[in-house]
Amino acid sequence: MQRKLTLGLATGLVAALLTMTSSVSAQKSATDDIAKYREMIADGNPSELYEAAGEELWKKPAGPKNATLEQCNLGLGPGVVKGAAAQLPRYFKDTNKVQDLESRLMTCMQVLQGRDPQEMIDAPFQKGPKKDMEAIVAYVVTLSKGDKIKVSTAHPKEKEMYDLGKRAFFFQGGPMDFSCASCHAENGKRIRLQDLPNITEQKGAALGWGYWPAYRVSSGQFWTMQQRLNDCFRQQRFPFPIYSSDVTIALSMYMAKTANGGTVETPGLKR
Amino acid sequence: MADPMRVRAAENGGTVDVKILMKHDMESGQRKDAAGKTIPAWFISTINVKANGKDVFNGQFGPAVSKDPFLNFKYKGAKGDKIVVTWNDSKGDKRTDEATAS
Amino acid sequence: MNQQRRSVLKYSAVFGLMASAGLISIAQAQEWNKAAFEGKGIDDVFKIMGASSPEKSSAVTLNAPDIAENGAVVPVGIITSLKAEQMAILVEKNPSALAAQFFIPAGTDAFVTTRIKMGQTSNVYGLVKADGKWLMTVKEVKVTLGGCGG
Repeated sequence: MQRKLTLGLATGLVAALLTMTSSVSAQKSATDDIAKYREMIADGNPSELYEAAGEELWKKPAGPKNATLEQCNLGLGPGVVKGAAAQLPRYFKDTNKVQDLESRLMTCMQVLQGRDPQEMIDAPFQKGPKKDMEAIVAYVVTLSKGDKIKVSTAHPKEKEMYDLGKRAFFFQGGPMDFSCASCHAENGKRIRLQDLPNITEQKGAALGWGYWPAYRVSSGQFWTMQQRLNDCFRQQRFPFPIYSSDVTIALSMYMAKTANGGTVETPGLKR
Repeated sequence: MADPMRVRAAENGGTVDVKILMKHDMESGQRKDAAGKTIPAWFISTINVKANGKDVFNGQFGPAVSKDPFLNFKYKGAKGDKIVVTWNDSKGDKRTDEATAS
Repeated sequence: MNQQRRSVLKYSAVFGLMASAGLISIAQAQEWNKAAFEGKGIDDVFKIMGASSPEKSSAVTLNAPDIAENGAVVPVGIITSLKAEQMAILVEKNPSALAAQFFIPAGTDAFVTTRIKMGQTSNVYGLVKADGKWLMTVKEVKVTLGGCGG
């Protein structure tokens, strides 16, 4: 009787161990398979279609002033696009503000072309003037691909934005009492098959900041960083942030600074 | 005319590797809108590729091909080949773009 | 019977003949094969394409991932050492099995890659017509999030 029980227990234990091991290896191989899948679609990123459209828009006269964006200063001098996105967000003297790519493009559209930034802010993502913005963003970020992420907090306003972003990152709120940190402050976290990068560390921050903006396969759309942040707020059941508001720039500053030294892989290709 | 395609043609050892990215919604006809009505299918149906005026590839797509379709094929050719890609869709729209094999 | 149906029927008859004769004309390659694309199940489509019971062949390779993160974009490629004139990708469990077909003129490699939508985990077939004979290979592709319903 004693022997039968022990045997039963032993078999049960072995069975349990076997199931555990096979499910762990199943999980591991699923991650490898997903990696293979991502590799297979990496060539021929539909972002290129947006980039081509964006390059045309950069050079096309528009707005009440009928001017192009070719004199737009993204931080490296008027008209210098190559490498500019890798160093954003940054402080700009002419606006006396820290700006990310999209808010800076809005400034250029306003100053050079006479376009009203409020129209851009109010437009839904993927529609109207935001369609132009998405294409131009795709163009600008492509010209930083391969560069090192290099943002500075030397200017006091940059430091202020970074600190605000860090606070916002850990700020819990909304009906679920979520913060960005709920998903993005620990290693090894995952939602279904998506690995969640730990954005509080350089490596994880670079995986996040370095791969967006991206073409999102599940929606067949190109998403800018502002749209990605907007959706994060939605996923946390927070109210939507105002397009290009301080909190979105602050969070960008925090992520970019934490990611410093990583490689710009945009435009990305996401599920 | 519809939005432009991205055509890349790279020659290596006598073979030209052609990669095409087309801008198209490729509506499957399986989706419903907010009111519950089926969104009609709308997709690129035929693709023709010529190199120096001669057919090097013909493709036919159904609505199951992904949005913003990607196509990759290879043919025997040379640097400088003039490649012309044309697609037609199920609504009668079409698009032609060119590239030179480099 | 409207004009469109008439011409489709006319072409189908011609292609049926040509298919049985093993010839593929430029016209066939360029005229969208409505019947094949509207066929529902695998066997229906095989029949319409004149490929009833294609033989499995190790000379035909299907390049596809074991698992696709999103069924909206599944990379699929067919490559074969055979002299293929025509190739096709079919997805067994899709609402219509034929996803795409390709016509390979002389001088073009028997190689193609594209991306397809899969509604759910399913067998994916790579069909190749070489020397008037249809051959195939099949692989199961797992889909975590179906790609048809938006």
